[in-house]
Amino acid sequence: MTDLPAKTDRKLGLVIDLDTCVGCHACVISCKGWNTENYGVPLGDADAYGAAPSGTFLNRVHTYEVTPKDGPAQTVHFPKSCLHCEDAPCVTVCPTGASYKRAEDGIVLVNEDACIGCSLCAWACPYGARELDQVAGVMKKCTLCVDRIYNENLPEEDREPACVRTCPAGARHFGDFADPDSNVSRLSAERGGMDLMPEQGTRPVNKYLPPRPKEQIDVLAPLLEPVAETPSGLLGWLDKALEKL
Amino acid sequence: MHPAPSVILFTALSGLGFGLLAFLGLGLPDVTGWVAFVFFAIAFALSVGGLVASTFHLGNPKNAMKAFSQWRSSWLSREGCFAVAALISMGLFAMGAVFFGQRWSVIGWIGAALSVGTVFTTSMIYTQLKTVPRWNQPLTPALFLSLSLGGGALLAGQVRVALVLLVLAGLVQLATWRVGDRRFAEAGSTLSTATGLGDIGTPRLFEPPHTGTNFLLKEMVYVVGRKHAARLRVLSMIFMVGLPVVILATDPGHLTAAIAVLSHLVGVLAARWLFFAQAEHVVGLYYDKR
Ligand code: SF4
Ligand code: SF4
Ligand code: SF4
Repeated sequence: MTDLPAKTDRKLGLVIDLDTCVGCHACVISCKGWNTENYGVPLGDADAYGAAPSGTFLNRVHTYEVTPKDGPAQTVHFPKSCLHCEDAPCVTVCPTGASYKRAEDGIVLVNEDACIGCSLCAWACPYGARELDQVAGVMKKCTLCVDRIYNENLPEEDREPACVRTCPAGARHFGDFADPDSNVSRLSAERGGMDLMPEQGTRPVNKYLPPRPKEQIDVLAPLLEPVAETPSGLLGWLDKALEKL
Repeated sequence: MHPAPSVILFTALSGLGFGLLAFLGLGLPDVTGWVAFVFFAIAFALSVGGLVASTFHLGNPKNAMKAFSQWRSSWLSREGCFAVAALISMGLFAMGAVFFGQRWSVIGWIGAALSVGTVFTTSMIYTQLKTVPRWNQPLTPALFLSLSLGGGALLAGQVRVALVLLVLAGLVQLATWRVGDRRFAEAGSTLSTATGLGDIGTPRLFEPPHTGTNFLLKEMVYVVGRKHAARLRVLSMIFMVGLPVVILATDPGHLTAAIAVLSHLVGVLAARWLFFAQAEHVVGLYYDKR
């Protein structure tokens, strides 16, 4: 049934750090790769090498510019994948039971064998986290790499989502939000983890860490002061030589 | 939202069909034999034709039977169940009227109620979506129901009832547009809430996540053709309500009645196109497009 579980034993999800994300799109590619080569039908592409390519992705990186009242604008890279919401509207609208939220760990999944491709779940998701595969005709979404995190055939360090494993900036963290001492719970508490569109009432599990205030970064600035006022060595020689000219 | 022809046809035709079935179930008009056959043929052609059109919107229709299973939580599933129950009971009722010259009134009442229920469940598929604030308001079911019953009365030849219901539907449509135009702002979702960056300052899209298009943009961020919306509203109102009401008020014959029906259908199709094309989904905020 597409009723939501009253409570999930664990709440697995991601913390996404908007301060450290460098916008390299590596998570987009590793996600596409893992989910094309493994669980379910591949993520379809149309006209991949033609003039108007389009394709299915479970994770996409937007880039925004935010301008404070007084101060310069700053760039924020913004990765977005399914937030595995506690009150997931995408699940309850599904007529076939293909969409469901797991009671054991809270992961929201699509059973592709039952999906009719009606797209209603994608309409119900505020975040654009679901895409109907135009080749296979079934709904695709982030699986929280359910086929990695429990996969005993993978080395221990690979038992985390592909996007987390691949991120060169360490901007994505995976863990259990039901445990207040987990890495993700602590990170979210320390850095003020945010819900996206809280007014939609979806209660997302994934949390976003806001960019650190610029003043906080300036505490490092004194350490970058020049250490010597008068140049020595090659620079000193050059300085003197130039003065003589 | 993308105004897919299959969904526009489905909601418009099946709305009319189930509206007509509701009146036939109540014995309005009380027909038997060949006359009943013609009425029921039209009603079933519209309602079933609409349902068939709706399956063209599916990516994977081979699993369609499974869509009856989730009636406890899903309005789409409930709609399927109501539609089948309505068609079965009205099929029985039609058999009695056409072949046995009988009016099995209890079955007719049940069938009428189920037909109205089908239209209501259809409307709730759209109404329930918080992500599309324009639809997420109580006037949406009122609009679907009044249009379906108004059109049904028109097809059933119930001149007085049709006159009242069509005027009512016109008023509900005007109110729906008025309220609908404010709904997105009222719902309160902005790029600031969508990104959580509002605490820092004013965010704007700097670079989209992909250069080409994708499913989300095609399906939910439809921005083409809205500039004619105001004119289309006037036209749809004239065809959907204005012309049919004038014709009904002048005691129509068969031919003029047919013109009223056609005009109404054209108007409903235009209004339904607007219903989708003007509906803005909150996901558009992430793309700085609505
Ligand atoms: S982010 Fe969207 S798809 Fe994921 S659980 Fe929430 S509503 Fe559903
Ligand atoms: S597209 Fe598939 S998963 Fe989504 S609501 Fe329809 S049947 Fe359910
Ligand atoms: S958890 Fe897996 S499926 Fe989800 S965005 Fe990351 S790589 Fe993609």
